[in-house]
Amino acid sequence: MTWNTVTYAGWGRARSATGQVARPERQSSLLRDLANFAAPAFGMRRSYGDVALNDGGRAYDMTRLDRVVSFDPETGIVEVEAGIPIGDLGRAFAAKGWIPPVMPGTGFATVGGCIANDVHGKNHHVKGSFGQHVTAITLVQGAEVKTITPKSGAIWKATVGGLGQTGVIAKAKLQLMPCKGDMMVLTERRIDNLDEFLVAFDESKTDYTVGWIDATATGAHLGRGILEEGEITSGINTSKEGAKAVPFNAPGWALSAPVVRVFNELYFRRVPAKGRTSVKPITEPFFPLDAIHDWNRLYGKRGFNQFQCVVPPERVDVLRGMLEKIGASHLASPLAVLKKMGAGRGGYMSFPMEGYTLAVDFPNKDGAEELIKELTDMAQDAGGRIYFAKDGVAEATQVAGMYPEQDKWQRAVEKADPEGAMMTDLVRRLNLRESAKES
Amino acid sequence: MTQTAQTWIILGATSSMARAMARRLAKEGAMLILCGRDMEDLAASAEDCKARGASEALAMRFDARDNATFGPIVERAILNEGALNCAVFVGSMPEQSAINAEPSLIDGVVQDSHIGPATFLSMLAPHMEARGQGTVVGVGSVAGDRGRIGNYVYGSAKAGFATYLSGLRNRLTRAGGHVVTVKPGFVDTAMTWGIEGMFLVASPDAVAKDILRAVEKKKNVIYTPFFWRYIMLIIRHIPEFIFKKMSI
Repeated sequence: MTWNTVTYAGWGRARSATGQVARPERQSSLLRDLANFAAPAFGMRRSYGDVALNDGGRAYDMTRLDRVVSFDPETGIVEVEAGIPIGDLGRAFAAKGWIPPVMPGTGFATVGGCIANDVHGKNHHVKGSFGQHVTAITLVQGAEVKTITPKSGAIWKATVGGLGQTGVIAKAKLQLMPCKGDMMVLTERRIDNLDEFLVAFDESKTDYTVGWIDATATGAHLGRGILEEGEITSGINTSKEGAKAVPFNAPGWALSAPVVRVFNELYFRRVPAKGRTSVKPITEPFFPLDAIHDWNRLYGKRGFNQFQCVVPPERVDVLRGMLEKIGASHLASPLAVLKKMGAGRGGYMSFPMEGYTLAVDFPNKDGAEELIKELTDMAQDAGGRIYFAKDGVAEATQVAGMYPEQDKWQRAVEKADPEGAMMTDLVRRLNLRESAKES
Repeated sequence: MTQTAQTWIILGATSSMARAMARRLAKEGAMLILCGRDMEDLAASAEDCKARGASEALAMRFDARDNATFGPIVERAILNEGALNCAVFVGSMPEQSAINAEPSLIDGVVQDSHIGPATFLSMLAPHMEARGQGTVVGVGSVAGDRGRIGNYVYGSAKAGFATYLSGLRNRLTRAGGHVVTVKPGFVDTAMTWGIEGMFLVASPDAVAKDILRAVEKKKNVIYTPFFWRYIMLIIRHIPEFIFKKMSI
């Protein structure tokens, strides 16, 4: 049977959808089904909000289309089906001396999702975004199958980071990067406050740099955290990784303010005052939370939202304002990340821009959505933007003007999908395909 | 289990269970011959297996209804040294109501699920005997344990195949080989996607893991997931005078 009615959610589980889903296992069935009925596609649903949801409509689950289709050991170009998780790809090729140049914070994200959200990694300041390393995409628009490349112009830039609105990504070619091995030398050190963090980012020389922030800290300690700096090194990981799983939804108090404060204090002190350096399999620093399956259950059945924004480098004041607001709210969870971004981006609607990106998880409690909306306003006022892969809360007016090339994207999308068959809940909620045209 | 230099012929390699098993074998460095009808799909799976560590992976045409496709696969496999193994995932299950309306469909079901694979294995068996090693994995179905109103033609074909496997086990064991009969319950595949009444559905990868453990431990007959053994134990023991009135 092709269509199965299911209820599915984004990773944060605060947003869900009910609709008919097809899960093709072969390229031929995907093409046959899409020719009959055009609808958006989703992968592992590791985006937090509703960017991959289509409530009341149909959607394609791409997770069974997860194969490596070809690999050229001379050039390092690999072609994959869109449903392959990026971590699987990394594991399969690291031992052969190749690695995806950009990997997001979870290895479970599919390549199709990585392209549609033009994801970034801890090395964004060096390697740019995911889409910048994609060399070809097999794009299916209803009955039409086309191969597009960076030379294809607007359709390329509207597809990379394009939230799936130009068609279903069936396959893609990626340029892998040579690597010495699949181990990473990781240095961690305590950072006492935001100013120190900013200096540390500027001085950092490593390829992989990211900061964990204690979002509960206030006053003189505002913005304290741990800076992680990594470089890939030689050696092959031989350990058998056994992932643990969160077996059930945690109760509401599990991530209450006092628990988070204590956890963060311990997490901060886990790294010795003088710092430490260790060698780890790359999967650990790349995908720190993948070792715990279903960790989203820690937030209980109401789920959580993540706020992620980027603000221009000169707007550190806004960053500070955001951290103050978050600290005062007592709503933050232990998961908060700060990173300095470069300018690299692959498409019209790609999230990255030069500046500082802040990501914070909030349990889906009273007041959290209001707080996220306030933070979204602050990002908008500062000339920054929010990340659609994370959002489930913002309103259409709040994102207006955040993406300067939105009109170009809209024109390409209009041409690619005039019927609006690829629309998802997020695109509708934020009125992304219409808003700029009206104004 | 070390599968280095092991050759595995996989019949019906486009199925999701077969794909999961091929992937696990690939990670152990096996030489794989992936057989089926959708050559484009098989070629993609072969590349995938190579990327994941298979020392060799090729796609070959196998059609259970065309004996002429059997010989070339056997001939290619025996070029490889070491143990020859074969996993059979083929079978077909039209709706019972369609068969009731068109009884000649039975030919195809029995050919796909029993005669075709049995003929192939009978061609391969002498080579396995000559090498004094190798394992056959035959995937049957819990449907073969008892004829039910909903799918008894399919069930009878699988029951016939299970009996064939039992005999083949008897034969290969004395030559140093082995046969594992696998009876999966509900598995989360394209065949079951969206069908109502599915419960306790297993992932294809969990089934593949069970199968390879059974190969390693030289199990004879396994149910996967394991609890189907008990479900079927109960179903087999329902007296016929009651069972004939049930529709399960």
